[in-house]
Amino acid sequence: MTLTLETTSLLAIYSAMALYTIAFIAFTVDLARRSALVQAAVPVAAPVGQLATASASGSTTLLEKQADAPIAPPRTSKAMRMAMAFTTIGFALHAVGVLLRGLAAGYAPWSNMYGFAITATGVIVGVFLLVQFWQDLKFLGAYIVGFCLAFLGLATVNFYVAVAPQPPALQSTWLVIHVFVAILGTSFFALGGGLSLVQLLQARREARGSGLRFLATLPNALKLENLAYRLILVGFVFWTFTLIAGAVWAERAWGRYWGWDTKEVWTFIIWTIFAGYIHARATRGWRGSRSAWLAIIGFAAVMFNFTIVNLFFKGLHAYSGL
Amino acid sequence: MSLSRPSDHIDSPAPSNDPSIAQPKLGVVGYLRFFWRQLTSMRTALFLLLMLAFASIPGSLVPQRSSDPNGVIQFKVDNPDLFPVLDNLQVFTTYTSVWFSSIYLLLFISLIGCIIPRTKHHIDALRARPPKTPARLGRLAGFTTFDARTDAASAIATGRALLKKQGYRTELFTSTVRGVTSHSVSAERGYLRETGNLVFHTALVGVLISVAIGGSFGYSGQRVVVEGQKFVNVLGDYDSFNPGRFFESDVLAPFRISLDEFSATYELENKAALGQATDYSAFVTTTDADGTEGSADIKVNEPLDIGGTQVFLLGNGYAPTITVRDPEGTVVWTDSVPFLPQDAHLTSLGVVKVPDGLAEQVGMIGFFYPTRATLESGALTSGYPELLDPLLTLRVYTGDLGLDAGVPRSVYQLAVDDLTPIAGTGADVPALEIAPGQTVDLPNGLGTVELSDVKRFASFDVHNDPSQIWVLSFAILILAGLFTGLFIPRRRVWIKATEKDDGTITLEYAGLARGEDPRLEAAVADISAAHAKQLEPKVEP
Repeated sequence: MTLTLETTSLLAIYSAMALYTIAFIAFTVDLARRSALVQAAVPVAAPVGQLATASASGSTTLLEKQADAPIAPPRTSKAMRMAMAFTTIGFALHAVGVLLRGLAAGYAPWSNMYGFAITATGVIVGVFLLVQFWQDLKFLGAYIVGFCLAFLGLATVNFYVAVAPQPPALQSTWLVIHVFVAILGTSFFALGGGLSLVQLLQARREARGSGLRFLATLPNALKLENLAYRLILVGFVFWTFTLIAGAVWAERAWGRYWGWDTKEVWTFIIWTIFAGYIHARATRGWRGSRSAWLAIIGFAAVMFNFTIVNLFFKGLHAYSGL
Repeated sequence: MSLSRPSDHIDSPAPSNDPSIAQPKLGVVGYLRFFWRQLTSMRTALFLLLMLAFASIPGSLVPQRSSDPNGVIQFKVDNPDLFPVLDNLQVFTTYTSVWFSSIYLLLFISLIGCIIPRTKHHIDALRARPPKTPARLGRLAGFTTFDARTDAASAIATGRALLKKQGYRTELFTSTVRGVTSHSVSAERGYLRETGNLVFHTALVGVLISVAIGGSFGYSGQRVVVEGQKFVNVLGDYDSFNPGRFFESDVLAPFRISLDEFSATYELENKAALGQATDYSAFVTTTDADGTEGSADIKVNEPLDIGGTQVFLLGNGYAPTITVRDPEGTVVWTDSVPFLPQDAHLTSLGVVKVPDGLAEQVGMIGFFYPTRATLESGALTSGYPELLDPLLTLRVYTGDLGLDAGVPRSVYQLAVDDLTPIAGTGADVPALEIAPGQTVDLPNGLGTVELSDVKRFASFDVHNDPSQIWVLSFAILILAGLFTGLFIPRRRVWIKATEKDDGTITLEYAGLARGEDPRLEAAVADISAAHAKQLEPKVEP
């Protein structure tokens, strides 16, 4: 029997990656198509404005309208539908991969970096798919799927370790709760960070009147900011829970709830940055681009915490398995 | 609301930039007020929050005395020039340093300066009735209007019932403008939002105070116990002990723990993880103050609760039982010595000091290999953590062990600088190699060494932190406050009915967000739709 649960899991992950690759290309094609759409729309709009009203104010109104209301594609493009379909099937395979890895190990498979990476990317894609029922954020597809694809690549090539028994320190239900909620928080921060990034680009385009063309088909900067804020709020609640659950578990396992271990420090730093983000939104002069930067820095810190801190910093959370 | 919020809060009125307003000269009180306002402003709080995040970073880059004291010593060895500079900056104690402490203390003062006026304002708001309906609703959020064939007062009465059902606090108003009378209901909901907000921030202060005060009454102590030995919870029985600032030794609950057996299970089948531990269990017999005996199984994630404290299993290893005899065969020294594990396969290092009974004082540095294996270099190592083929090697030294100098010495270290090696590194005779049950001769006819048995030891950590329960309670309040403070919308909604000459009425609906409220317009639309349904038949505008 050469096809063990473990190798089947890896096979499922590779297949998911292949589908994500196609989805990523399709998402990018959709963005390009949006750009083309805008390019087609603008030359038509301008002469109409000039012809319809001779007055300068008339055409100004028209331009403002353009900046505010996105040039909506008449319907979801073929590329987008394809991208979403491939992402969904990819996600299903991805979930199977994580599940098989868990079955092979006999426990929730996120006690080393490889297991964590495949689970986290899976949950991020899952949250991305679910969020579409709430708001149309499909335009983030290239970012989310691209990000997860890159991370899966890193995980399978650099983080891969064979299934090993759970070390006594990790034999706790808190592993399931603490880590899973951390992953959920990360997913919402990932979406929020992506929206904030688009918000920054959009704000720049709105200020200068030029920029990436496809941005014209996306919501305006204010709307993007509001969406990012709402997603990050959810992420922040999850992150707060992660901190508390981590402290409860640390108390069980190490006899103290807080000890400024490197991982604890970084989880705290991330919490503080996002607390800052939430306050920035309530501070005059900090709404808009400044708070967007905080969201991006916050998500960068999350990534730093997972990669650099895990691999190069010394501490009690030394579970990379590498 | 604006009065209770910092002046630069997004909901506060924008500052006036009118240069014609002359700033009055500030006195001492004026300056104090000015600094207080600055400290409690949103901008300062935000700045301090981000500073706190930034100031936490050094502590993760450099080992900390609290969590990694050996790392600090190593850092000093590796960076002799940088060390004193960083040490002066208190980087090795980042989280208790002056600069880190001042940031969080300022932040918390700023926080308290925010909480107090807001709490006062919120209590007033909880008592107040919803405000008068604005004269013109048309510019407010979600404005909807239609005509209906009913009378104004009863339409408003139905509207009020509808709003009440949705948890709104309501108040009726009647106004007459230029002979036109309108009835209206003013409604507000979501007071819990501000309550949650205040609970969240107050609980943060609670955590800080619990940690600061509660932690000072606790203690933690460590003790290594070999199988068959017992540990009594008194100060003198600990190997190391860290009392809190206000700790008094009479709080130590009287109990006794005997380690009956320590069992470790290792992976045998999975080739990728051969020898990885899968379970550690310390089987103990406990004895309470009143003599009640019990038994327990302490695991890594399952501490033992006893006498109001918790006993954690922190580490384990082998304790070879070593017996030293003089040339006549009289036992001069015997003990089960805990050897500290050096690697995953439990190559362990220990020290034996025999000050009396032999011709000279003898010190030995021992390596214990549970399963002997040989590296390519020829050096011995352990190939598996269990006792498959155990071997003890001893380097033997003679000379003054320094035990009579009155200076405390670690039982895990032997200073060999002033000693003479007689077996092993530096000596003509190779290190002694002993398997369990064997006895070997010491060089120079000093006597014999026997390895009679190999036991396991467990190291326990006894913790008592009376602040724990407080910190946990406040943490739960933090979460609860966060949920209500972030996700419950605070909003005002108005329904206004104006009677017209033709006997119909015009109904108007509008809302006002108080804080973040992305669903306000939808909520107003839902209310107007539900109300319209109740008022049927209506006249289309």
